[in-house]
Amino acid sequence: MSSSANLLPVMFAAALLAVNAVPALAAGAHKPFGYGTPATAEQIKGWDIDARGDDGKGLPPGKGDVNHGAEVFADQCASCHGTFGEGEGRYPKLAGGNGSLTADRPEPTVGSYWPFAVTLWDYINRAMPFPTPRTLSADDVYALTAYILNLNNIVPADFVADKESLPKVKMPNHDSFSWQDPRPDTTMKPCMTKCVDPSTLKIVSTAEGKDLTPRTTGPLDDMQPK
Amino acid sequence: MSFSLLRDARKASLAAGSERVQIPRRLLLKMAGAAAGAAALSSSGARADDAVPPADNEWSQSLGAGVVDQPYGKPSSEQAGVIRRNVPWLTAGTESSISFSPLQSLHGIITPNSLFFERYHAGRPDVEADKHRLMIHGLVDRPIILTMKDIMRFPSTSRIHFIECPANGGMEWRGAQLNSLQFTHGMVSCAEWTGVKLSTLLEEVGLKKDAKWLLVEGADGAHMARSLPLDKCLDDCLVVYAQNGEALRPEQGYPLRLIVPGWEGNVSVKWLRRIKVGDKPWYTREETSKYTDLMPDGKSRGFTWLIDAKSVITFPCPEVPLSGPGLYEIRGLAWTGNGRIKEVHVSTDGGANWRQAELKEPVLSKALTRFTIPWRWDGKPAFLESRAVDETGFVQPTLAALRKVRGTNSIYHNNSIQTWQVKPDGSIYDVQLG
Repeated sequence: MSSSANLLPVMFAAALLAVNAVPALAAGAHKPFGYGTPATAEQIKGWDIDARGDDGKGLPPGKGDVNHGAEVFADQCASCHGTFGEGEGRYPKLAGGNGSLTADRPEPTVGSYWPFAVTLWDYINRAMPFPTPRTLSADDVYALTAYILNLNNIVPADFVADKESLPKVKMPNHDSFSWQDPRPDTTMKPCMTKCVDPSTLKIVSTAEGKDLTPRTTGPLDDMQPK
Repeated sequence: MSFSLLRDARKASLAAGSERVQIPRRLLLKMAGAAAGAAALSSSGARADDAVPPADNEWSQSLGAGVVDQPYGKPSSEQAGVIRRNVPWLTAGTESSISFSPLQSLHGIITPNSLFFERYHAGRPDVEADKHRLMIHGLVDRPIILTMKDIMRFPSTSRIHFIECPANGGMEWRGAQLNSLQFTHGMVSCAEWTGVKLSTLLEEVGLKKDAKWLLVEGADGAHMARSLPLDKCLDDCLVVYAQNGEALRPEQGYPLRLIVPGWEGNVSVKWLRRIKVGDKPWYTREETSKYTDLMPDGKSRGFTWLIDAKSVITFPCPEVPLSGPGLYEIRGLAWTGNGRIKEVHVSTDGGANWRQAELKEPVLSKALTRFTIPWRWDGKPAFLESRAVDETGFVQPTLAALRKVRGTNSIYHNNSIQTWQVKPDGSIYDVQLG
């Protein structure tokens, strides 16, 4: 008897909680919803593939040298990137282009442009080879990284890439990057009348007659690379 | 009796054109007897070239296809040319490439899902939703793995936002190259996105005090990954599973993608499978080698995420010319990653004089906004331009002003004013004025 009498206030409190639950949820209460399952250390290890560009955090054990990298590269990479990273067709050129960034036609490559050596390891490991990503061992990725850095004359032929050596490699273009967006970098005024003299306007460039535009009606165009 | 027989014969003859419709045997027998009548009708009835009043059209005198004839609807077959298109000479293949939305044929702020522009880094993966997982870990109190069902249980939010690839217009830095609205501006699209706020998920796992950056990563072969500052993630980012009311398309990240409103499209990672919380950015390939802006002095800008105010006239345009002098409604789209579009100005004389266009409701934050302005074309040469102003007061620049600061090799973030040349025959060309 006394137990059922004691239940009443408990039920009343539960009802109050239920009413409160909705606005609390909407307001983003810190009480977790509890959906999903905890990620185990083993599960995290399988997907935790990133290696941080500036300090190499996340690089795994393992190592690879330039010579082994040349072999893996010839086998896995050269068909698109060329034997010496010169790039086949429109596939990316990986080496060269030094001093070209202020030229009329810059050639940004690993050597001439990339600010961090570890980013190269991370990218090969996450995305290459293009048709079969995530199939290379950590050692092979280290070796490829060493080979491509050597192609760019950034490391010597006896360089061995590992989680200690790679973050210490200083890339030639590292200091050319700023990581703060300076925009807005234009300050146009919304002039409404007589903003320019129409008689001075002339066409300095037109797409007419350039034969670069694929057709925009009918079936897809297969216009070949120029 | 003869009238209904005739009608049945017409229906049957129309139906015979469709392989999917079975003609009832009873009707086939009747058709033989009605052949003479049907022939008489075809000689006196509507033909294609006079199918206007006072004549009637075939589709008005027959029975149409039934429901579920197309269980998943399709546009009219006449719209077959309204498709995403690519520039085959631009990339080595189609797997790491882009396609452009046909803005010249679209009429609102919402891009149909089938026409939303595409950008892949390792092709379009065909993800099985029941095997897809989102892992959230790193500097969090409770690392978790979520199934799609788990994600759909969280409180849901819908918002309309554009996505623009920062390379939209990137081929025009050096000069006018592509005579097409689709190819100069088609890497922008807009949809209603439904999902869960990223802040809700981060609250769920609990952030440690050093948490300052997120790595967001896709399940595609490129494992596309970008770093994002925590403030933006907590402000307005969404983890979405639906686009314009239906499940995301595979092209747009099925079953799960990130939406980072108003920022360059690349950070809205598709096929989202992992979020790692850290204390510093990762400097991935896509935020160092790519998606950085090379300046004329050889320096480069990184982490230039914002899409600045931009606009373009979508009618007329090279694909949709004018059909003779007279009154027209110039139409266009404007957008900004900085909130709402405040004003759009339109010039028909190459930027000498401008008039304020009318903004069409709804004018939403970080969404495409439609504008229109009437224009009586006298048949003389003209230069059409539009100029957006956003709610921060930022004015869309001319290409000359942009080039003065950024040169011609920065590829990304060309938000300059587009000029369309109108020739006396009404044809339209992509030009740049000096």
